[in-house]
Amino acid sequence: MTSNRESQNPIDLDDLYRDVILDHYRSPRNRGARDDATISAEGFNPSCGDEIQLSVAILDGTVNGLGFGGSGCSISQSSASMMTEAMTGRSLESAREMSKHVQQMLTDDTFDLDAVDLGDLEALSGVAKFPVRIKCGLLAWKVLDQALANASGESVSDDSDIPTRVTSG
Amino acid sequence: MTAATKGTPLDTAAIRAQFPILAREVHGHPLVYLDNAATTQKPQAVIDALTGYYSTMNANIHRGLHTLAEEATAAYEHVRKQVAEFIGASSHREVVFTRNTTESLNLLAYTLGARLKPGDEIVLTAAEHHSNLVPWQLVTQRTGAVLRFIELNDDQQIDVDTARAAINANTRIVSIVHMSNVLGSIAPVAEIAEMARAVGATMIVDAAQSAPHIPVDVGELGADYLAFSAHKMLGPTGVGVLWGRQELLADLDPFLGGGEMISVVTREESSWAALPHKFEAGTPNIADVIAFGAALDFLNEIGMDAIAAHDAELTEYAVDRLSRLEGLDIYGPADPAERSAVIAFNYRDIHSHDVATILDRSGVAIRAGHHCAQPLMRTLGVPATARASFYLYNERSEIDALVDGLLEAGERFGFER
Repeated sequence: MTSNRESQNPIDLDDLYRDVILDHYRSPRNRGARDDATISAEGFNPSCGDEIQLSVAILDGTVNGLGFGGSGCSISQSSASMMTEAMTGRSLESAREMSKHVQQMLTDDTFDLDAVDLGDLEALSGVAKFPVRIKCGLLAWKVLDQALANASGESVSDDSDIPTRVTSG
Repeated sequence: MTAATKGTPLDTAAIRAQFPILAREVHGHPLVYLDNAATTQKPQAVIDALTGYYSTMNANIHRGLHTLAEEATAAYEHVRKQVAEFIGASSHREVVFTRNTTESLNLLAYTLGARLKPGDEIVLTAAEHHSNLVPWQLVTQRTGAVLRFIELNDDQQIDVDTARAAINANTRIVSIVHMSNVLGSIAPVAEIAEMARAVGATMIVDAAQSAPHIPVDVGELGADYLAFSAHKMLGPTGVGVLWGRQELLADLDPFLGGGEMISVVTREESSWAALPHKFEAGTPNIADVIAFGAALDFLNEIGMDAIAAHDAELTEYAVDRLSRLEGLDIYGPADPAERSAVIAFNYRDIHSHDVATILDRSGVAIRAGHHCAQPLMRTLGVPATARASFYLYNERSEIDALVDGLLEAGERFGFER
């Protein structure tokens, strides 16, 4: 089945390992916890051991900045690094909307990239073609969802595949 | 493969021809299957035995009075005798079929664990697969018994000295991995069994990785119980073996209750069937057990000594080639002679998942992650490793393909060849 699909639509490693992703993996942005964090959350992927800790500074309904820590593969760590840049300066509502779109892109290889402007995050679109790596890409966003929901006074139903929790805030 | 080839390097071309899956391509490249510690591929004889059973003799066993049931029962029980012979058991009654190594170990943890008191000690090693750790953790929660661990020595091996430090007068159970699924090292089971016996403890051996790769003789090991899985030694999934010394198994309470495992049942109570049926409640995995018999025939035909020699030669070649790569760390004993068929490694700080994905695009299948040994990963100080593991059909050219794939992964992450 895979080979049929692949013969019509060849899947190349370049689809996964875009330059932007490798750049963020080698030179992660916003690495480390933030002193001004108002909420912190973490999550991990039990099947592979990737982990992300996220600290988010939220003031007056705006995400002022994010810092991340953790360890894992290039996809999980670059996804987190790109996320910290892309979410900075957004309203809570906008950040949550963006997270939803990115997760759709990560899980659906027919996602329409023209429908929403995801900026550099579009580099992650190739992940959907590598089913076993989707969870790597999703991890940071699940942690973000947990943090932002908590900041909005909501609770996130725990995704048992990728457990996340608020650690402070 | 004739008897004349026993003890000599294997004729891998002839062996490979008997594994249909090895002819397939993955992403346009010949499959290079180096994930044998997870599960092995199956020869045509095993596949034929499986379909042959369903095509010609499918019936429930041990109770039917018709021809099919007689034939199926005989075929199933024949494999029990084959297993007994394969591991040097003194009787086929000592061989219990389970689903896998995990279930065999859970059977022991459940039945032996029920006898423990607070303060009793269960000794494991730092290198256990979760299957020989979590069942015992459950026992400690139920009983107040405590876990102790045989640590790795400086060469990342379990040795007699580290074992001596963990075994004492409070030890009731020693349950250790024979061959590590990460380090590839072989534990000195016989010596550790001697220590267990000296303090009156029960000796359990997890042979999931060793039984496929080296000759395993329960008498020589001095074990009380031994567990392994068919699917890691050319057999089908869904069949595990629990071997136990007859007088010990006879003294154990049943694990699962139901049909097949009883003698007389009244409304209030039951008496148990004779060994080994006391431990095989319900309709067993008849087809897969019978197909496992074909796998044992295949292994016996080649000979476990020859397989061990082949694995050792490939391992030495792989350790040599891999260790020449700049930035490649191999875990486990430094001397290839101290290990078998499993090599866990990390390369140039490239995460093992990325390594595995890139290798897969060249048709090379390896494992990446924690290998169901998270505590060992913490002991080694790494979140995950890549792992290549070999078997009787692997060839040197496949190690070369692994090395080429690693160099390509390095390039992709910005390292020069």
